[in-house]
Amino acid sequence: MSIQMLDRPRVQHGHSSPSARQRQRWNWPAGIAAAIWLVIVAVPVYYIVITGFRTQESYIDAGPLDLPRDLTLGNFADLWDLGFPTFLFNSLVVAFGTVLLVLAVALPAAYAIVRTPNRTIRAAFTMFLLGLAVPAQAVIVPIYLIITRLHMYDTLTAIILPTAAFSLPIAIVVLTSSLRDIPGELYEAMTVDGATAGRIFGRLVLPLARPGLTSVGIFVGLGAWNGFLFPLVLTQSEEQRVLPLGLWNFQNQYGTNVPGLMAAVVLSAVPVLALYLFGRRHLLSGLAAGFGK
Amino acid sequence: MTTAKAFGPNKSARPGVIWAAPAVVFFAAFGILPVLAVVYLSFTKWNGLGDPVWTGMSNWAALGDDTELFGSAGRTVLLTIVSWLLQTPLALLIGVWAAGPQRSRAVLSSLFFLPLLLSTAAIAVTFVALLDPNFGLAEKIGDGNFLGDPDRALYVIAFIIAWQFVPFHTLLYQSATRQIPRSLYEAAALDGATGLRQFLSITLPQLRNTIIASSVLMLVGSLTYFEMILLTTNGGPGTATRVLPLHMYIKGFVGFDMGYASALAVLLVVLGTALSIVVVRSTGYHRMTSDREGA
Repeated sequence: MSIQMLDRPRVQHGHSSPSARQRQRWNWPAGIAAAIWLVIVAVPVYYIVITGFRTQESYIDAGPLDLPRDLTLGNFADLWDLGFPTFLFNSLVVAFGTVLLVLAVALPAAYAIVRTPNRTIRAAFTMFLLGLAVPAQAVIVPIYLIITRLHMYDTLTAIILPTAAFSLPIAIVVLTSSLRDIPGELYEAMTVDGATAGRIFGRLVLPLARPGLTSVGIFVGLGAWNGFLFPLVLTQSEEQRVLPLGLWNFQNQYGTNVPGLMAAVVLSAVPVLALYLFGRRHLLSGLAAGFGK
Repeated sequence: MTTAKAFGPNKSARPGVIWAAPAVVFFAAFGILPVLAVVYLSFTKWNGLGDPVWTGMSNWAALGDDTELFGSAGRTVLLTIVSWLLQTPLALLIGVWAAGPQRSRAVLSSLFFLPLLLSTAAIAVTFVALLDPNFGLAEKIGDGNFLGDPDRALYVIAFIIAWQFVPFHTLLYQSATRQIPRSLYEAAALDGATGLRQFLSITLPQLRNTIIASSVLMLVGSLTYFEMILLTTNGGPGTATRVLPLHMYIKGFVGFDMGYASALAVLLVVLGTALSIVVVRSTGYHRMTSDREGA
């Protein structure tokens, strides 16, 4: 199954065809489930967005699910003084750092796996396949040991390295399957022209792997952006704090300031939401790529 | 991919082992080494500072005296089962529904997928605020203290986790449903099969692989559920929501008994892997995946 296909709707037949009508008929139980779930999803989302723009007084007086009125940007201004620009910057560094590191090592590896299937490289591929099953949660103690021994505790690098390592198996599996879609004739043609492996990589693999790279990049980036456990265990100071930790800390320190907290949640979701609006297909296929093959 | 062509006229046109080396070395250091290290650490005493000291089987012997061990293991199993029962039918129904060609469904689906964009931390703080017994929604939809009631807290957490993960599994079912050959439905329609009959005899069997894959992902993913618990109840009230991974985290990073936490971690890895293998073997999924190879 190629990942590019995942979010592409099926070939649409005319709605008048008998099968189309019949398929719609059995859909009512699913339709009811969908309607109920829609409400369950919509209420908290509405709550987050509206509350983030409300004042604390209005939240306490009018209750959590009031209609939007007397909206304010004050909560966002307050976040400025609570260090959130730093947290936002740190999260961006972690997300981009992780994505760049993963793509930089995963694509050459996938290229070698597809083009040079000798025993060593097959063994490496098997290692990555087995790596898919290793849960990061279960190895936080040794990760903590390794990071402190490398004198990287409480740095953004400490978050990036293990996050990237645990994204690597899925990145390699997905990139390998997308490189397999490149026709062998294209490699042969360049080889006949005397191109080296490096030149083929730059001229052929890199351009043709772009959709796969985008999907993997988004999947890995989202995971790094939203990651909580590695930052929690591997950093400590406010200077190195990322957004998810910032949210938790905000809740622990100013738990009663719910509008401020929801403004922070909105802030943490805005970059991802922008990505969703502009590249919905890439984002969803990126997420499904985690499952693709 | 053809192995016969593996040795072309110009050998340098093939990427050598060196191309895979950075990925292998990096993953060995931060993915494989920790797995070996956690086994080693389970035989040591270490408080997080200084050096681990070899103590043999003492951590493993201590498992027998851990009064929280069986409770938290039981809650882990309960949470996993409740989550599966809650998420699988919902994701399956919504995914099949969202796979329909109608424009309105595509629009609504993009709403369904919104929780995918939020981090565990964002979802946790939102539900804690929303379910706050004093200022939240809680007093309007029941008798208040959802996360503070030891009898209900774990089920409330299962609901929050479903809110977070149903969209992902819906996405899997949606894309799998779209790949069911339309001719199957047309043939069934000619035979007079409609409605529920088509769903049971075509859609469901065709989604078998997806159901298994999604279930395995849930099973393995249930280890990550503990982040949500850490962020919402921290295992409380009392120990009502303390699951095994959280127990491990608390022993290691709150109690600074890293050796004992490592023994629990080894237990987790073994249990998780064994369960996945059982599910995959008992459903014959490993044979089916090899059938699909190259598809």
